Amino acid sequence: MSGPAPARPPLLEVHDLTVNFSGSDGVARAVDGVDLTVEEGETVGLVGESGCGKSVTALAILRLVEPPGHIAHGSSVRLGGRDLLALGAKEIRAVRGNHVALVFQEPLSALNPVLRIGNQIAEAIRAHEAVTRGTARWRAVEMLTAVGIPDAKRRASAYAHQLSGGMRQRVLLAMALACRPQLLLADEPTTALDVTIQAEILELLDGLQRKLGMAVLLITHNLGIVAERTRRVYVMYAGQIVEEAATEQLFAAPAHPYTEGLLAAIPRLDERRDRLQAIPGQVPPATAWPEGCRFHPRCPHAWAKCGTEMPPLLEVTPGHRARCWLVKEPERRKK
Amino acid sequence: MLRFAARRLAFAVVSVAAVVFITFLLVHAAPGEPMLGTPERALASPETMARQRTLFGLDRPLPEQFLRYARNLARGELGESFVLHRPVAAVLAEAVPNTLLLGGTALVASLLLGLAIGVVQAARHHSRTDTLLSAATLVLYSVPVFWLGLVLLLVFGERLHWLPVSGMTSAGLEDRLSSLGRAVDVARHLVLPAASLALVQAAAFARFQRSALVESLDAEYIRAARAKGLTERAVLLKHALRGALAPTLTLAGLSVPYFLAGSVLVESIFGWPGLGRVAYDAIFARDYNVITATALVSGVLVAAGNLLADVAVAIADPRVRLDQ
Repeated sequence: MSGPAPARPPLLEVHDLTVNFSGSDGVARAVDGVDLTVEEGETVGLVGESGCGKSVTALAILRLVEPPGHIAHGSSVRLGGRDLLALGAKEIRAVRGNHVALVFQEPLSALNPVLRIGNQIAEAIRAHEAVTRGTARWRAVEMLTAVGIPDAKRRASAYAHQLSGGMRQRVLLAMALACRPQLLLADEPTTALDVTIQAEILELLDGLQRKLGMAVLLITHNLGIVAERTRRVYVMYAGQIVEEAATEQLFAAPAHPYTEGLLAAIPRLDERRDRLQAIPGQVPPATAWPEGCRFHPRCPHAWAKCGTEMPPLLEVTPGHRARCWLVKEPERRKK
Repeated sequence: MLRFAARRLAFAVVSVAAVVFITFLLVHAAPGEPMLGTPERALASPETMARQRTLFGLDRPLPEQFLRYARNLARGELGESFVLHRPVAAVLAEAVPNTLLLGGTALVASLLLGLAIGVVQAARHHSRTDTLLSAATLVLYSVPVFWLGLVLLLVFGERLHWLPVSGMTSAGLEDRLSSLGRAVDVARHLVLPAASLALVQAAAFARFQRSALVESLDAEYIRAARAKGLTERAVLLKHALRGALAPTLTLAGLSVPYFLAGSVLVESIFGWPGLGRVAYDAIFARDYNVITATALVSGVLVAAGNLLADVAVAIADPRVRLDQ
């Protein structure tokens, strides 16, 4: 009796993740029922404007959301089948930095200004492995070399303010990768950097990812980076996933008007345009998401139903889903 | 570093000189005469007093007196006490170490206690423990030092007889004790006066440390430290405390005047033979030379405290450059 082999669970499986922030002006649902998966070794993009909940999603995966924010009951985050939200304090600490690491957006503020960078890498190693101070320090220098920091031995004694922005981001990568995590959550890892250095860091990340065989959830608002570096992509708007697709599919045939708007806003060299295209209106505040589809006040195609009924994620083609009534009623699309 | 030291030293010399000048003017402007209230003064004939005045040059015009004082000071001479009939330098040599022992113990104890309370509060900020400790430190901070000293004296000395209440050593026991026994004896005498000074300042340190820590716990690098899988303890003590130490160290440097002023009261209450009591007695007896010299020593200690604090801050925070 041998049935089909049970499918291995995806590396990361987030289901119905909801994060609430209770404040004086009511409860803000910053993340609302997010589902996403990342397979082993895969690079997945999570795209959206600031305030859409993408950073909170990353923090929630490692249970680093701080009060007044809290992860709602019914959310689940599974890593290799294990529910991270059910772990005790000690067990989740053993996951942080070890199996799942986080790279932050602003390297200067993510590095402790009063501790030497070598020390900050070594302590990440010592948090998870029973190695001596000397070994941890030696491995920290090795990591610094691996992320392309020249004269790493000497630089290990430097403080963050003594390094350039690009160097700091390399240090942050070294810190995150020191324990060879299976999954890296990279939250806008290059936003604070010059364009040329952005490319260098992303190349470096690519190389390290291949070497370590790790998966990356790349959180960004930069669609150019998504197009170049990811295999699949999730688009987030107002706390929800509004579209998911293979990257090529998303760029070739976006199904959600918000995604269309994002793509139209990218300036292109092969087209002369007098003005950059912008999506009219603003992202609503998390305390007051609109009724119905959250994008409808800004949507050029919206009709009555959009203002009253929230669309579920509807399948466009296999593997491509969009949270938009147009998927069912394409004739409503305005030309 | 050298330029910093030179500039700070020059600044300290100027400040101390100003302190001496102003003290000199104030004591001479104050009503009353030298040896006021002493038995000798009561018995002396007007002729004797006049002779004394001539002897100490007090009959000369004030500018001349000051110039002479400054000249002597430049040669390292502090003059003679009118009342004790001893060189001022000898009086200070006895008193200053005792005050350094009392004030130093109180400063270190208050810093450690204040840091500990601040860390406990920040670790669970906005909890009931935090609120209670905040209320406690606020009350303690508002308590006058002399009142606290009297209460401690009454409770632990008079009522419970746990600790000695006066002096620095047990009279008559000095010669019979080993050197360790003498040290223990001094330590027992030190507890109450040091506690009186330390508790109030510990409350100030705790309030400072709590708010600095709570603020630094908001920093992105704290989140990054947690994301590495560090324990909350390591996050708090290694990452948050290091960055939040600078304001408290600065406050510690600025608290030296408090400990000196407080020692005047506490030393009088507990009969501690230190600088504070010397100053207190000298002020009442209008012992000009002693008063000015205690002001001079206090000025030097305050300047040294600030300098030490600056160096400590520079060690704790590598971003601080002393040369700028």
